Amino acid sequence: MEHLVEIDNLTFKRAERTIYDGISLKVPKGKITAVMGPSGIGKTTLLRLMGGQLLPDKGDVKFDGESIVSMSRKSLYETRRRMSMLFQSGALFTDMSVFDNVAFPLREHTSLSEDIIATIVALKLQAVGLRGAAELMPSELSGGMARRAALARAIALDPDLIMFDEPFAGQDPISMGVLVKLIRELNDALNLTSVVVTHDVTEVLTIADYIYILADKRIIGEGTAQQIKESDSELVQQFLKGKADGPVPFHYPASDLKESFLGADK
Amino acid sequence: MSFLQSLGAKTIGKVTAIGRAALMLFGALVAMPRLKNIPLIVKQLYVVGVQSLLIIMVSGLFIGMVMALQGYTILVDYGAEGSLGPMVALSLLRELGPVVTALLFAGRAGSALTAEIGLMKATEQLSSLEMMAVDPLRRIVAPRFWAGMLAMPMLAIIFSAIGILGGHLVGVDWLGVDAGSYWSIMQSTVDWNQDVVNGVIKSLVFALVVTWIAIFKGYDSIPTSEGISKATTETVVYSSLAVLGLDFVLTALMFGIE
Repeated sequence: MEHLVEIDNLTFKRAERTIYDGISLKVPKGKITAVMGPSGIGKTTLLRLMGGQLLPDKGDVKFDGESIVSMSRKSLYETRRRMSMLFQSGALFTDMSVFDNVAFPLREHTSLSEDIIATIVALKLQAVGLRGAAELMPSELSGGMARRAALARAIALDPDLIMFDEPFAGQDPISMGVLVKLIRELNDALNLTSVVVTHDVTEVLTIADYIYILADKRIIGEGTAQQIKESDSELVQQFLKGKADGPVPFHYPASDLKESFLGADK
Repeated sequence: MSFLQSLGAKTIGKVTAIGRAALMLFGALVAMPRLKNIPLIVKQLYVVGVQSLLIIMVSGLFIGMVMALQGYTILVDYGAEGSLGPMVALSLLRELGPVVTALLFAGRAGSALTAEIGLMKATEQLSSLEMMAVDPLRRIVAPRFWAGMLAMPMLAIIFSAIGILGGHLVGVDWLGVDAGSYWSIMQSTVDWNQDVVNGVIKSLVFALVVTWIAIFKGYDSIPTSEGISKATTETVVYSSLAVLGLDFVLTALMFGIE
């Protein structure tokens, strides 16, 4: 199987803290790959590493066979035209209408006439169900609509890869359902490759073709939804079932409570 | 020892910040100005320039009026109230115009620039530009920088012009200084190169410093509400201090005794 993104033995540190310690993962072309893990382990960081916004301390990130890490700034910008990212907040430009937001990448990177741009934007907005909201400003949109508008912008240039940063976080059940449907349908219809970073287990298990579970700076489990559900790793099971205590401890590392109260710290 | 350590750490922090600021400015300026970006500069000119006009004009008017009032009470004792015109004009063109405009600009437009860019960073708009293969230095930083550089000298000239009219209002219309001497002595005393051009050069330097500080503080801010509030405060404090300090240096260079 061909892979669009390959991460090879990657180590990343932020200040003194190690975020990733030698992880490797592959994103197959045309599929939806999910990366799951508890919050605060740097799942967004992984997407930024794929997009070349951050550089790893060790290891390599390859996009379509070319190393993002050693690329010149110019070719990095060229490569980024083939990928897009849906940010958690949507990151719409607040000083532009929904229409102008979606038209933005087209106006920046192509020399299409305004007529053609208007047609493309209408089609993209139709795909996410927001053609009627084209003239609204981002501040007038609900959270779910903002994310869909951002999705329309993300597919404006027909990218090869689209990265979703927590697409389901903070959504009501209806928007959640809409987003799940959109991610699956757009992936198949536009022949995209999707990477979804999330901690919403149920949604991901229904749409992801392949799943990686990150915890404790490394990958603790991978496989199809079925393989993940049947995994015998305690850590994976704790994560899937949402148990409060287990291999991921309930308590942040601290000294013993009793000793601390008795003054053993001092 | 820990005092020395923290002193060292702070120094290193400041020096690297200056380095980052220089890199940011370099990145924004090296970018080839593209025709597409001209509307962006015009839009920013409106935001930082036109929208600052009111505060600049009102302040200019009052400062000119106060100068005439103060100047008159001193000059009239020596029967020299005819020199009110050059006194008002020279102090405005050489000092108050550029300096007060820069201070007001820092408070009115600089703080807004910092907050805007800081919030763009906090709401991931800068990151999303990068991921859309659009360089935020070109798209966000450069137009704001050029707009600041263009707007400030113009605002300073408007400030001085209105101030001179304010001086006329108080000195000539209210206190009875002769209008002919107000204008004619002003004309013969104010030198184009020495006074007007030097004033414009001053305000170009202030524009560079204030806009640079404002944009960098936003671009480099910690993207939280606390971080942006700190960055906005620092913009106003640092640029005001920089303007006042640089004003002394520039005055010494331009008008110092040869």
